[in-house]
Amino acid sequence: MTEHENRSPLPFPPSEQALAEPVPEDLRAAQVARLRSAWARPKGWRYWSSVNSSQVGKWYCLTALFFMLCAGVMALIIRLQLAVPENDLISADRFNQLFTMHGSAMMFLFAVPMFEAISLFLLPALLGARDMSFPRLSAFGYWCFLIGGVFVLSSILFDVAPRAGWFMYPPLATQDEGPGSDIWLLGLSFIEIASLAAAVELIVGVLKCRAPGMRVNLMPLYAWYVLVVGGMILFAFPPLIAGDLLFELERSLDWPFFDPTRGGDPMLWQHLFWIFGHPEVYIVFLPSIAITAMVIPTVARRPIVGYSWIVLSAVGVGFLSFGLWVHHMFTTGLPSLSLGFFSAASEAVVIPTGIQLFAFLATLMVGRVTMSLPLLWITGALAVFTLGGLTGVMLAIAPFDFQVHDTYFIVAHLHYTLFGGMIFPVIAGVYYFFPFFRKRMLSPRLGRWAFWLIFSGFNLCFLPMHLTGLLGMPRRVYTYSSGLGWEALNLTSTVGAFVIAAGFAVFVWDLLRPRRNQPDAPRNPWNAGTLEWAHDIPVEDWGVRSIPYVTSRYPLWQQPKLLQRMDQGRYYLPDSDEGARETLVTSVIDAKPVLIQRLTGPSWIPLVAAIFTGGCFIFPTFGLYWPAILCGLLAGGAILIWLWTATARPPRQAEKDAGLGLSLPTYASGPDSVGWWAIWITMLGDATAFSSILFGFFFYWTAQAQFPPPGAAHADGVAVAVAALALIASWALVVLARRTNRLQRVGRARAALITSTLCAGTGALALALAVWPLDPTAHVYPAIVCTIALWIGVHTVLGMVMQLYCLAGSLTGKLTPHHDADLGNVTLFWNFLALSSLAACAVIGIAPRLL
Amino acid sequence: MTDRGNLPRGRAAFWLVVSLALAACDGDQSALDPAGEDASVLALLFWVMVAGAVVLFLMMNGLFFYFTRVKVRSQSRAVARWLIVGGGIVLPVTVLGALLTWGLTILPDHRQAGDGLRIRVTGEQWWWRVEYWPEGSDTPIVSANELRFPAGRRTELILSSAHVIHSFWIPALGGKMDMFPGRETRLSLRPTEPGRYRGQCAEFCGTSHAWMAIEAQVMPPEAFAAWLGTEARSANLPATAAAQAGMALFNREGCGACHAIRGTPHVGRVGPDLTHVGGRATLAAGRLPMSIEALQAWIVQPDRLKPGALMPAYPHLTRAETLQLATYLRGLE
Repeated sequence: MTEHENRSPLPFPPSEQALAEPVPEDLRAAQVARLRSAWARPKGWRYWSSVNSSQVGKWYCLTALFFMLCAGVMALIIRLQLAVPENDLISADRFNQLFTMHGSAMMFLFAVPMFEAISLFLLPALLGARDMSFPRLSAFGYWCFLIGGVFVLSSILFDVAPRAGWFMYPPLATQDEGPGSDIWLLGLSFIEIASLAAAVELIVGVLKCRAPGMRVNLMPLYAWYVLVVGGMILFAFPPLIAGDLLFELERSLDWPFFDPTRGGDPMLWQHLFWIFGHPEVYIVFLPSIAITAMVIPTVARRPIVGYSWIVLSAVGVGFLSFGLWVHHMFTTGLPSLSLGFFSAASEAVVIPTGIQLFAFLATLMVGRVTMSLPLLWITGALAVFTLGGLTGVMLAIAPFDFQVHDTYFIVAHLHYTLFGGMIFPVIAGVYYFFPFFRKRMLSPRLGRWAFWLIFSGFNLCFLPMHLTGLLGMPRRVYTYSSGLGWEALNLTSTVGAFVIAAGFAVFVWDLLRPRRNQPDAPRNPWNAGTLEWAHDIPVEDWGVRSIPYVTSRYPLWQQPKLLQRMDQGRYYLPDSDEGARETLVTSVIDAKPVLIQRLTGPSWIPLVAAIFTGGCFIFPTFGLYWPAILCGLLAGGAILIWLWTATARPPRQAEKDAGLGLSLPTYASGPDSVGWWAIWITMLGDATAFSSILFGFFFYWTAQAQFPPPGAAHADGVAVAVAALALIASWALVVLARRTNRLQRVGRARAALITSTLCAGTGALALALAVWPLDPTAHVYPAIVCTIALWIGVHTVLGMVMQLYCLAGSLTGKLTPHHDADLGNVTLFWNFLALSSLAACAVIGIAPRLL
Repeated sequence: MTDRGNLPRGRAAFWLVVSLALAACDGDQSALDPAGEDASVLALLFWVMVAGAVVLFLMMNGLFFYFTRVKVRSQSRAVARWLIVGGGIVLPVTVLGALLTWGLTILPDHRQAGDGLRIRVTGEQWWWRVEYWPEGSDTPIVSANELRFPAGRRTELILSSAHVIHSFWIPALGGKMDMFPGRETRLSLRPTEPGRYRGQCAEFCGTSHAWMAIEAQVMPPEAFAAWLGTEARSANLPATAAAQAGMALFNREGCGACHAIRGTPHVGRVGPDLTHVGGRATLAAGRLPMSIEALQAWIVQPDRLKPGALMPAYPHLTRAETLQLATYLRGLE
């Protein structure tokens, strides 16, 4: 509860009388002018310093589309090579690079970023917000994505691309010569971090930036899916990032995590990869269901049937998807009991998926359907996806998987699920939302051409592949002998691939052709009911003219006066009196307004930070460690400047008029602030990554008869104990600093902060000394112990920077007893760090002596 | 907005492909043309699942078509809710419950213990090291790139790998199993129909993953026993002058550093055992049918046939020399 709520009851919800009160014409004109200038997009080359999600979202979408087209061209080359047996169009090595990059690019550079791109663009409008809470973070994420994507993709032009398949199984990938594997590991880790940043932005957006009154049960379904998928990214990507870390430590420093001759185990990578990889499939699939959930009610002209069924199913799919990963490993010789369990779990996911599909059917049934281009694409999606789903049901039966695993049957299955569960619905979404994106319509004639070309080409290409696989053709072969019955099937698939390409050519032409002479689209061309169709035509950059009070799931259908009132500025924040960008922050469950959030404006700092972060990841691929470290320091510096100058600055006035008689605070710390939520969410991901490393430790213990090996040197017990005590002391002092600062005892708080930094330094040093004598290249045991210590050490150094940042804030007046958001966030970070330090010290100090 | 004929046309295409599929199931490497107990069960499982899948596919898409094109008027909400419960919960629980019950009960069969013969297969880049361990023997009979099975017996395969992960798969005989360095996995197969079948590495294992095949020959048990007796013997001595010259070349070029030929001083273990190489149906893990010409082509430049192959090229040998060497090897039956 905010302080404000304690003093006087909020004039919320607004009375009908207040809403009906007209805004004088001249005031309205002045408001429009002020808003327009606050939100104006920068001109000329400064345009690229834009940070608001409508610009960044647009760049993101186009970049992801470009990467998809590149990966598509790779697929065409692959299909050409396979058109006839013993073809020598390209070499085996080139082919292996191409299929590795095709898969990696489609997954990491297209499927996931496309979801984030579309969501970044759509979400503020769906929620009735001006923008999301962290515009500069979105821009930073975008620039990381662009730099990382171009780096990874361009490796294929220099013949040094990764070539061990998109799941990079060691030992093949760890032993691979040349920088290919490093490009994959570091380039994609860099992009994964950007994806995590976007996930944090989207989750906080859904939780805290909804229009007043939009309780969680009134949110558009799309927002629910964003929440589920954001949560999945948060728990799925960290195991992969942890795996990448182990993998890169093996490649660069020869720490033998996956080398069986020194106690390592290639199976650990498979577990970590698929703990990521399977949720990834649903991370790709659910957003498309989300788009479908927006299109279906519109074409049926009825609210969705079974809203809560759908929400529960989406959450259910999210949970279940983390318990299925072993079905990618059915042929690795795991015990029958595990296979049985994961077979059953994999089948169970059919139920929530089925509920969602049948809820869409039910909606169409009760509605009066108008056929439109988006619905045509949804129809195609359903046909393709049900086939992919049904082959998925077959594959989940472990014994059947023994036959078709790693064959073209799988290639067919995964393309059916990804085309049906991603490409077709996303294109449906493009046709549906294009008037919102571009304020123009796409051509229905070209749209039908594109549909029939892609749909028929797709089936021509991939339906025969089921049979190719059953006839014994393994995937990832660069060529094959004649006489096995595969020739006609492969040639058909190749022809189909080019028909798909023709369809995409039509679609992309329609999408990108110049539209200067085309008329504006109608404001709500599909007569939809959700808030994004309250957009302004011609385009305005302010998001919404005023932030509406929402009481229904389909406000444009169910609140007849809403649109007019929004346009006339009768709702919240109709003005920008300080000339700054602002949006409303509301409470998590019932969306009561709690705060006017000042948003950051255009800046080059995200780009600068992204360039240096990129250097930090890219230089090590070529063994250039010093430039990498330098870039890392510069990136850290840029991020500090960014935080210092633009976040949690004490505002000029403590409260402001938000419209409709509502006066709201302009500064918050703790759970009322968006920053606190962002740290919370980020640290959940961080803790997941750390748990994955600990999982590695116990995995080795269960997989090996003797772990730790007899006679192995352990981390020094005394030093580990000192580290644990020092880190806990440091955490306690941070908590104390926050308390005393709140009680106006600023001097004591500063002293506590200095002491806490010293304690943290002692802890890090003690930890380093504890593992110093171990030789991590000798065996996997010292290697994993050193990794755990390294993880805590790096986090402690970060924690020390944060403590000093707060101290500097306190000394310069940025952090005061009332304005202590930074200290609140740092305390939260240290809560997590204290817990992980204790876990780490127990695992490296106590566990080996007990096991 | 679109003409109505299109969806049924798509379905017609589907049926066309299904009927084509039925006609085209045979092949040396086909999972749908089973020659063993394990593969037969899986083929039956597949056909039953396909039948069920076709029904469910038509039902789901038929309903969608009906509600969007045929009966577009608004219909009862109560029925719609039942549709969610029936289609989303009742239907999958029933169908999947039955399927899992059947599917999981056949799971243990694939891991039964064998009847006596064990074959140890090790994945190499890119070929197969094979050792037969008949029941009670303590030394293996070493071979490579070809497997023979006694029909009607359950043979246990002990799988492992030298460097990277491979996967052992002979579709006509049964499912696949991955092969790991530093770890053993097991698979048992009971082939029933004598004949020749082809298998191929299924897990991507590097540059020439495409060229890592294996021949499997299923023989009546007596014929198998006789063959195994022959396979256990040392190599034939070269019979012709050309073959003798080839043997001399084999010595001169140091082939024995990597290859073993039992009964000669050559005991290399890096490459495939060549004791009975001439008796195999194919050369270089299924790359070429065995012949003198194939052997010559391989010796001169292995990596033209198998990119990245670890065997060095011998371009300095004259055609006459490679002919002699190939004649010698072809004679090792």
